[in-house]
Amino acid sequence: MRWAGLTGAACAAILGLLAAACDLANGLVRAPQTIRVDGSSTVFPLSEAAAEGFSIENRGGVRVTVGESGTGGGFRRFCRGETEVQGASRPIKQSEMDSCRDAGIAYVELPVAFDGITVVVNKDNPIDTVTVEQLRRIWAPGSEGRVDNWRDVDPAWPDMPLRLFGAGTASGTFDFFTEAVNGEGGASRTDYTPTEDDNVTVIGVIGNRGAMGYFGIAYYEQNQDRIKALAVDAGGGAVFPTTETVADASYQPLSRPLFVYVAARAMQRPAVRDFIEYYLTHAERLAPEVGYVPLPDAAYTEYLNRALTGRTGTAFGGEADIGASIEEVMARPLAEDAPDEAE
Amino acid sequence: MAAPFLAASERVKGRNLRDRAFVYWGLAATLVGLGTLVALVADLAADGGGRLSWSFLTSFPSRFAADAGIFPAWVGSLFVILTTAVIAVPVGVLSGVYLEEYARRNWLTNAIEIAVNNLAGVPSIIYGLLALGLFVQAFAMGETVLTAGLTLALLILPVVIVATREAVRAVPQDIRQAALALGATKWQTTAHHVAPNALPGVTTGVIIGMSRAIGETAPLICIGAATFMAFLPVKAPGDPVRYTVEYVSPAAAQRNPDATLTVRATNETTIQYPDGRLVTLTPGERAEAPAGADVSTTASLSDAAASWLPWNWLDQPYTVMPIQMFNWTSRPEAAFRENAAAAGLALLAITLLLNGGAIWLRYRLRRRIRW
Repeated sequence: MRWAGLTGAACAAILGLLAAACDLANGLVRAPQTIRVDGSSTVFPLSEAAAEGFSIENRGGVRVTVGESGTGGGFRRFCRGETEVQGASRPIKQSEMDSCRDAGIAYVELPVAFDGITVVVNKDNPIDTVTVEQLRRIWAPGSEGRVDNWRDVDPAWPDMPLRLFGAGTASGTFDFFTEAVNGEGGASRTDYTPTEDDNVTVIGVIGNRGAMGYFGIAYYEQNQDRIKALAVDAGGGAVFPTTETVADASYQPLSRPLFVYVAARAMQRPAVRDFIEYYLTHAERLAPEVGYVPLPDAAYTEYLNRALTGRTGTAFGGEADIGASIEEVMARPLAEDAPDEAE
Repeated sequence: MAAPFLAASERVKGRNLRDRAFVYWGLAATLVGLGTLVALVADLAADGGGRLSWSFLTSFPSRFAADAGIFPAWVGSLFVILTTAVIAVPVGVLSGVYLEEYARRNWLTNAIEIAVNNLAGVPSIIYGLLALGLFVQAFAMGETVLTAGLTLALLILPVVIVATREAVRAVPQDIRQAALALGATKWQTTAHHVAPNALPGVTTGVIIGMSRAIGETAPLICIGAATFMAFLPVKAPGDPVRYTVEYVSPAAAQRNPDATLTVRATNETTIQYPDGRLVTLTPGERAEAPAGADVSTTASLSDAAASWLPWNWLDQPYTVMPIQMFNWTSRPEAAFRENAAAAGLALLAITLLLNGGAIWLRYRLRRRIRW
């Protein structure tokens, strides 16, 4: 009896292998409809919302997984062809464009929402506005060990020790903030508390009278009764971060678009096309639900069109590009850095 | 008490005092550990107890904290931990027994011993990096249950090996000598006498290893575990199935440009042809589908049964409970932190359940031992 069962199992296994071999004989296989999304943890909630809605609509027939290995970690996987969709909280970098090109991976660049990086301080801090110049004085690499008190930044500010909380160096938020404030992505003083978990910054700012931190606007909106956001003055008057000021790009220079990059080859699969179509047609409703600011309607139409016609390349040329409005970005030519794939 | 004995009685008093003091110190130390555990569980229960419900256990993750559940997470954890056990236990136990009973003592076995002991203390993220380079990239195994199981198996192997060696060493030498004296071979001695007596100790090592593996996040994030998924590694009858007919390689497409694949419908099946034509098959019908055809159907009973065969779920994507918790604790909305606490309680319950089974097994095995 025992052997009969085993033989049966062995036969089933052999039959399974034979079936696979038969498929292989004429070169065709059944490829399950799996869409792998990975990348920025900032974009994660939006991609998760899209994947959730899409899975319900398709009742699970297309299987979407969403990971959060970070913008940089995600691009490494994307450019090896391990994922179909890559979430990014900054445009693709030159080094990433190069590795995608070397692997023959062309991509469609799709902005999906805006985020406003919000500078927050303790509720008891009397300061309400900060200029970009003052932010630079606080966060510049040269300020390390020199600017340790709020009074060091501006003599009119109170005498309080400065306690800084910021994004971890692996995050797109860190790249963007340092580029916008210090003029060079990755250039930052290092004597601050870095964290990948923005709730750590929230707790730190609540607990320290002299604290300053920065993170996406969603974290501020969820905690606005416990911490205070600063209006940022980029030279044209102080602007407070709100959904409106982020959407119309008047909150500068800390408004940033969030992206998904889709592999051009994957866009040929009906399931991926369906998913991207769902993503772009629902992002306007989903973005506010997860704390982000939607793009204007026309932008989603334009980007859906770009995705469906498979126009590849980036509009950013490997630079972070601070302060561009979405209309301007849309009008730009795409850099055809990645070659068309051989069919 | 008589005077000559006074000094002695003073000494006895001192000893008794120390005797009692040790009891209190020991008790205090135990309470520190126990108290921490109780405080942690109480804190989790206070935060997340209200979220624990049947629907929390059977729902997929969601952007709405109130709708989100841990279905794929706990199912994934069980599949991954099963894979880990099936790989790590035989390899670990056999290595341990070999090193202790068979291997000659020389510089090589000493080196191996030192290496194994050190590996037990290597941070888990290092195993994740190793697995990323080896399994995911070099072997191209992708982000699958098998990769996760192999990674965690590597992680707990040192624990299992060390525990096995300790347990084997604890079996009295007399037993081996007695067996050998009666003419038993080395294999008979090991299999009939050493192994059964060492088994409870080995089980303890396995319990510790598995408890560590089920709580790991870092190595799995490193090898690309999913955080969100709205499906399970296995299927139930009626679950939707959708696949595309594709060539394995561009070369195959050139060799057989007009190849088709036979689609046999067990349930109602829809084929969308590359030219946009839609064809619906009723059960029993069949059709030829070329490359690019998009086939939608539902899983039949036999499809669902087949999905439980190991080679059909080992290559599936997965997520696990600690990853779901990690994601929820880093969300801006406070309600997600309640979900994380509830998931923590569920993870504790699963760990306790698995360990409970192993402890019961150990108890049964121990009763059989009579020196």
